[in-house]
Amino acid sequence: EGLAKSGSPMVRPSLVRRLMDLITSHLHRRFKQISGDQPTLRKESFDRIPDLEFNPIRSKIVRAFFDKRNLRQAPDGLADEINFEDFLTIMSYFRPVEMNMDEEQLDHFRKEKLKFLFHMYDSDNDGKITLQEYRKVVEELLSRNPHLEKESARSIADGAMMEAASICVGQMEPDQVYEGITFEDFLKMWQGIDIDTKMHVRFLNMEPIAHCH
Amino acid sequence: MQAKGSRAPSLRALPFLFIVAALLGLLPLLHSHGLQPNPMLASEPPHHYPAVISGSEPGDVTAAPHDVSQEIRPLPNRTSPGHVKYRKAFPVLGIDYTHVRIPFEISLWILLACLMKLGFHVIPSVSNIVPESCLLIVVGLLVGGLIKGVGESPPILKSDIFFLFLLPPIILDAGYFLPLRQFTENLGTILIFAVVGTLWNAFFLGGLMYAVCQISGTGLSHIGLLANLLFGSIISAVDPVAVLAVFEEIHINELLHILVFGESLLNDAVTVVLYHLFEEFANFEQVTVTDIILGFLSFFVVSLGGVFVGVIYGVIAAFTSRFTSHIRVIEPLFVFLYSYMAYLSAELFHLSGIMALIASGVVMRPYVEANISHKSHTTIKYFLKMWSSVSETLIFIFLGVSTVAGKHYWNWTFIISTLIFCLIARVLGVLGLTWFINKFRIVKLTPKDQFIIAYGGLRGAIAFSLGYLLDYQHFGMRDMFLTAIITVIFFTVFVQGMTIRPLVDLLAVKKKQETKRSINEEIHTQFLDHLLTGIEDICGHYGHHHWKDKLNRFNKKYVKKCLIAGERSKEPQLIAFYHKMEMKQAIELVESGGLGKIPSAISTVSMQNINPRALPVKRILPALSKDKEEEIRKILRNNLQKTRQRLRSYNRHTLVADPYEEAWNQMLLRRQKARQLEQKINNYLTVPAHKLDSPTMSRARIGSDPQAYEPKSDSGNLPIITIDPASPQSPESVDLVNEELKGTSCLPPSPEEDEEGLVMHMMEPSSPGTDNVFTPGASDSPSNQRMMRCLSDPGPQPEPEEGEPFIPKGK
Repeated sequence: EGLAKSGSPMVRPSLVRRLMDLITSHLHRRFKQISGDQPTLRKESFDRIPDLEFNPIRSKIVRAFFDKRNLRQAPDGLADEINFEDFLTIMSYFRPVEMNMDEEQLDHFRKEKLKFLFHMYDSDNDGKITLQEYRKVVEELLSRNPHLEKESARSIADGAMMEAASICVGQMEPDQVYEGITFEDFLKMWQGIDIDTKMHVRFLNMEPIAHCH
Repeated sequence: MQAKGSRAPSLRALPFLFIVAALLGLLPLLHSHGLQPNPMLASEPPHHYPAVISGSEPGDVTAAPHDVSQEIRPLPNRTSPGHVKYRKAFPVLGIDYTHVRIPFEISLWILLACLMKLGFHVIPSVSNIVPESCLLIVVGLLVGGLIKGVGESPPILKSDIFFLFLLPPIILDAGYFLPLRQFTENLGTILIFAVVGTLWNAFFLGGLMYAVCQISGTGLSHIGLLANLLFGSIISAVDPVAVLAVFEEIHINELLHILVFGESLLNDAVTVVLYHLFEEFANFEQVTVTDIILGFLSFFVVSLGGVFVGVIYGVIAAFTSRFTSHIRVIEPLFVFLYSYMAYLSAELFHLSGIMALIASGVVMRPYVEANISHKSHTTIKYFLKMWSSVSETLIFIFLGVSTVAGKHYWNWTFIISTLIFCLIARVLGVLGLTWFINKFRIVKLTPKDQFIIAYGGLRGAIAFSLGYLLDYQHFGMRDMFLTAIITVIFFTVFVQGMTIRPLVDLLAVKKKQETKRSINEEIHTQFLDHLLTGIEDICGHYGHHHWKDKLNRFNKKYVKKCLIAGERSKEPQLIAFYHKMEMKQAIELVESGGLGKIPSAISTVSMQNINPRALPVKRILPALSKDKEEEIRKILRNNLQKTRQRLRSYNRHTLVADPYEEAWNQMLLRRQKARQLEQKINNYLTVPAHKLDSPTMSRARIGSDPQAYEPKSDSGNLPIITIDPASPQSPESVDLVNEELKGTSCLPPSPEEDEEGLVMHMMEPSSPGTDNVFTPGASDSPSNQRMMRCLSDPGPQPEPEEGEPFIPKGK
């Protein structure tokens, strides 16, 4: 469903459907592989993917698939299992930007992606990334280095949080407290990075085939 | 940078003075050109050159400039210029120009280049309109014209000198500091432009020129197809030197910069292959299919071989740098030498030297940077910049001189059509290739981008040198080729170089953004990388991220262990980045901090603001290696010391009998500011607490130990704090005291030693990696004992003693 939004006016609808089918069938095959021919996926199913083991933020990624906020089902909570439609919904967050999008669509597109990321950082669903959560993120990023002390990750996270505070709030008095990074602050931090062009998986791009037509 | 009004006239005159001075310096040079140096034939009679040398003895002078020869007084016992050897008096002053001739001339040219560069920056108005490369060519033309006017033949830019000495520094500078992330992201695009684009240019141009030559009446019909193709391949390559020179000044966005620049670097392989191919076969006028296939094959050999050679040398250099921790001084030299050897080795086998150089720079950089000291890194950076800058200047000047010097053959048809077809070929090539490339790119290239890419295809000295290499026997029309090449170079550099800046502004092309890398961005970027890798793994799609991740893992597991010394081989990228940031911030802070003024750029956010419940704990920095720690401390100390030295002068002679009060207040003020400064430093950079257990250091870390100001009577390592206002000692004597204490590991408890100012001693082991050579300043004692002068609180209860109400002495 997320993939159906492309709608370039020059491409015939039948072609769009054909392209969708192509990609969808590939994903469907993959879904079957991971789930072991079951109709739904569970957290344990992801253990079947060997390469994922090396990923330091593996648990966060897997969790993101079951996060109800990403699945657009509820404001918080975790689903126990997801079906193919939900799988596709998550995949749609990684669509590449398409040329025929206007400003508003682009903005919405960008916000969607950043929201996905935000949910990954904000594990307790309270709408802001606290220092503890940020520390956990950095710890996970450095988790493949067993010889490092925990304090290292902590001090990096502290430094980053202070920097975030100074970007979002500016100068602070000693008695002011910065609760955490809200979504607006998060948007501010990501301003320098082109999220629309970075956060995508290439093969979900239908355009080269569309243009060849 | 406005010159002050009253000084403007003299400043404007300055460049002219430089030019005149430089040209005057050339005069002896010019005259020596006409003389035959005879260093061995001391008794050679001077009648070979009677017009120039008159009245000089045959005995001592071999080649003397005209004006100087007059000064040599003929000896009294000399009868006639002849073949007879006679005993002469010991020459008090002699001239032997040929002995130093070559280095002298080289230095003079380099000096001229540097003075010109200096001159251009003194007149900002001209350099805003005209890019430096154009000005330098004009200067070259002037100098060449001057030399010719005097009657000598100006030197031409020989290909050997160009390829062996002038080109490598520029390419190494470019390769070592190549922004790797953008380069690899756009590698496909760059390769297509470089390979396919250059091939297209060469064949299109060569073919059309052949057609033009066939037109009767132009007198060009003797130039065959292959000669034309050779000409096309020489002139079609975009030149990295010219591109760098022009693009450096216009600050366009990184994508365009890397596209054009990357293209200019990678097309070297194509140029080398085409050049050799056509040069070999231009005489035979027949190219068989085998030759074409071999040529195709040779392209892969040349490019991949060049890269391979570069990688080998890069790995060797990285491995060598692992062991240089004891001789830091020669670290930069390894980098330069290995890279140069890579270039020469590739040129030895007719492989692409430029690609070898780039590959070696790219491969060695991450490992070398992890191994070498901060100072070596700075040295490498500045030496590379210096050499490449001088090289570039020399190249452009020599281009100008060579234009005047060379033999020219002007044929209107040939040259004008070359120019036109060059431009057309470039535009068509870029348009066509972009249409194809945009199908595969996520970030498409807009028409504006395409225009800049097409317009930025400048030709330069490489084309000239390649043309110069052609020999006369096989290529009789070499002069015409050279003239055409020079015309195209002039056109692209002058016209395109000058107009690209207003065009960039006119078209509102995105400029380079000065973003400061922040730790947040780094965390997010890494997080995103891992996320995308994970998603690709889940999708089963082995894309860009998957392979990058695999390469990183391989790198971490095997390569880093071999090539990086010690602990740093295990350091994850995030930590390395964090260290770099902290070092930078510490340096910035101290350098701008000066007398305790807190720069406004540093925000006042501290730990209290984000974590109010937690106690202000001593933050422990992620395990800094000893070397790094030592370096950071040394940098801080150097800068703090400079501060204190300045402050010391306040204490010295001003403290006479009465105004203790004022000095005390001043001291309090300084102390407070220093404390704030230290606090700021502590927020950003804490040296691990467990290393600094000595009470002296805990006193130094003001603010972390609220009760630090009582002199502890039980410890023997107390600082001696004395102020002796009326001491007849000079400040230098303090250094003597420091030097004496050098060898001792603990403080001598000698209260009778009169020391200037407030002194604190710091105990710490010396680190083996310190390079003493670079340590500045006389007061910086280069061995174990480091003296850190902090204005710390002398204590809440000053013990008044006779005559000195104010000197609390530690026991």
